[in-house]
Amino acid sequence: MEQENKQGRRSEILSEIARIASDVGASVLRGLKKVFSNGKTITGFAILMFFVLVAIFGPLIFPYDASTDMANTYLMPSLEHPFGTDWLGRDVFRQVIAGTGSVLAIAFYSAIFTVVIGTVLGIVSGYLGGWVDRIIMAITNIFLSIPSFPIYLLLAAIVTINTPLSLAVIISIWSWAGLCRSVRVQIMSLKERDFIQICAVMHMSKAHIIFKELMPNVFSYIAINFVMAMRNAIMASVGIMLVGLAAYDPTNWGAIINAARTRGLMNVKNIYILMYPLVCIIIFQIATLVLANGLDETLNPRLKVL
Amino acid sequence: MNDSMIPAGAATPPRDGKIKKIFGVIGKFLQKYSYFFGKVGISLITLILSTIALFFLLRMIPGDIVELYALRLQNQQGITFERAYQLAAQLLNYDPNENIFQAFVRYMGGLFRGELGTSYLETGVSANSLIATRLPWTLFISSVSLFISFFIGIAVGGFVAQKRKGIANKVASGYIAVSGSVPDYLIALILVIVFAYQLGWFPAQNNYDAFKVTPGFNLPFILNVLYYAFLPILSYTIVQTGNWILHMRGSCIGVLGEDYILAARARGLGEGLIRRKYMKKNALLPLITQFGVSFGALFGGATLMESIFNYPGIGLEISNRIVNRDYMVVQGLIFFSAAMVILVNLVVDLIYPLVDPRVRKG
Repeated sequence: MEQENKQGRRSEILSEIARIASDVGASVLRGLKKVFSNGKTITGFAILMFFVLVAIFGPLIFPYDASTDMANTYLMPSLEHPFGTDWLGRDVFRQVIAGTGSVLAIAFYSAIFTVVIGTVLGIVSGYLGGWVDRIIMAITNIFLSIPSFPIYLLLAAIVTINTPLSLAVIISIWSWAGLCRSVRVQIMSLKERDFIQICAVMHMSKAHIIFKELMPNVFSYIAINFVMAMRNAIMASVGIMLVGLAAYDPTNWGAIINAARTRGLMNVKNIYILMYPLVCIIIFQIATLVLANGLDETLNPRLKVL
Repeated sequence: MNDSMIPAGAATPPRDGKIKKIFGVIGKFLQKYSYFFGKVGISLITLILSTIALFFLLRMIPGDIVELYALRLQNQQGITFERAYQLAAQLLNYDPNENIFQAFVRYMGGLFRGELGTSYLETGVSANSLIATRLPWTLFISSVSLFISFFIGIAVGGFVAQKRKGIANKVASGYIAVSGSVPDYLIALILVIVFAYQLGWFPAQNNYDAFKVTPGFNLPFILNVLYYAFLPILSYTIVQTGNWILHMRGSCIGVLGEDYILAARARGLGEGLIRRKYMKKNALLPLITQFGVSFGALFGGATLMESIFNYPGIGLEISNRIVNRDYMVVQGLIFFSAAMVILVNLVVDLIYPLVDPRVRKG
């Protein structure tokens, strides 16, 4: 009798779990369907996925050989070398492929750091208000008023950069402030809305209100800003490499451009080498912008009303 | 005698009243201009905090600046390291025994005397002298292009906002997308490659031809400067115009939903008249803040842009000196650009209520 009861309860719990799982799955699917109903989102996402695939599988199929081959310098594009070779006879196509991973890693890491720091500080500052808000805003003001690019260069000189992660940390240290400020403004307006007021009246914990009530409401905004942070990270990292700092990875697109540029642009062949990473960066940046716009169109409630 | 003495209790009430009155007047004055004082106070706090942050950031750099300088002196003059270190400390006005707090006080003292920082690489060069020689070039290029792109942006943005279904809007959107997604320095690089190296129409670097013209107020010099400035100004303008179109279009679309536009349409006013008299004036207000912020950011120079054109502005100086580890000057230059950003933002905040009466009440 007791055994049966236990089994019955277990099956009940299992079915409950299954129901919740299917509910979550369905809502995730519905969300994905909604997000990917937008043409811009699909285009942007497809291009980004292409770069990700190149970064993962490219080096396996086309391994990069850094050894020099002085007999074959400055070759024009051919079947063997689709993008030609550089001044040391190295294959440019394989260099660009080898650099994709590093570029994407920098963009991804620094977008994560930027978004996490900016969102957490923005929500805390906007929701708690008072002294916390004032202190966080004072710090944000410092970060916003000191120009960022010279600081990236300074930090690149202070910290030895030898991995994409360290470069990403440097970039995100000085780029969260704008996001923090705009999240704060959003939270401040959400705070006055009825459902948050009711939560406060019901004595729900601040952690619950912040993570369960406020977070989902700014989630779409954060998703869009994640993509934008990736753009800015690429802009900044390539810029740092163009100045010649952070030269830890000679195949990073910025490093290739810088190397070709310092070789001298009077030589047309250097321009050919530099063109490929340049075009890659432009395609990547346009893809992220298109993706961000697409997400904005589907997720932003403000635009839906119009 | 005793009668002539004024009892203490009787004397204080009128004086108290006077003090109260004075405080009252001051209080009223502060209340009346609370917006003004609040903004000034916040700006000052931000400036001080930024200075502190910058100072400690530069102290984090590994390697002693005096030691670097001493090594250089040692190699140059062939003296012992101790002697060179002493000389370096003397030349840099640096006491190796002082702690970081004393160094900070000394640095702040220098700032109040207007000394932003001296170079240890070159004698006689300081952040002040660099600002004096480089800032005009930076400001020339960036402010000219800021004004050009701002006026193109508001004209196109206003036009496009009224005809959102037309082909002009599609073209503008495409332009905004492309110019916004390509990093500005890469646009500069493309322009240099095409117009300077391939076609050879414009010079690839520098601000004027030192062999051909003599600096001064003469026509050949001005023409030469404009000729050399053409590519930098063009690339700045290409980058910024899209941004201004975007903001102006957004602002105009907001204004077009207002009741007074509907009323103007109901009165049968033409679209051109509505655009000029009703829409643009109101849509421009939020852009003034934007314009101010952009103008403040100009003083730091565009580091990468200037290094691609090798244009001798503040930004090129900052990047070169960071690479060469001339940190005292870097500190001064970054402090200067942060201070200008804060100052210009303050001025914009203070001017804005005068331009837009709605802010004064709210």
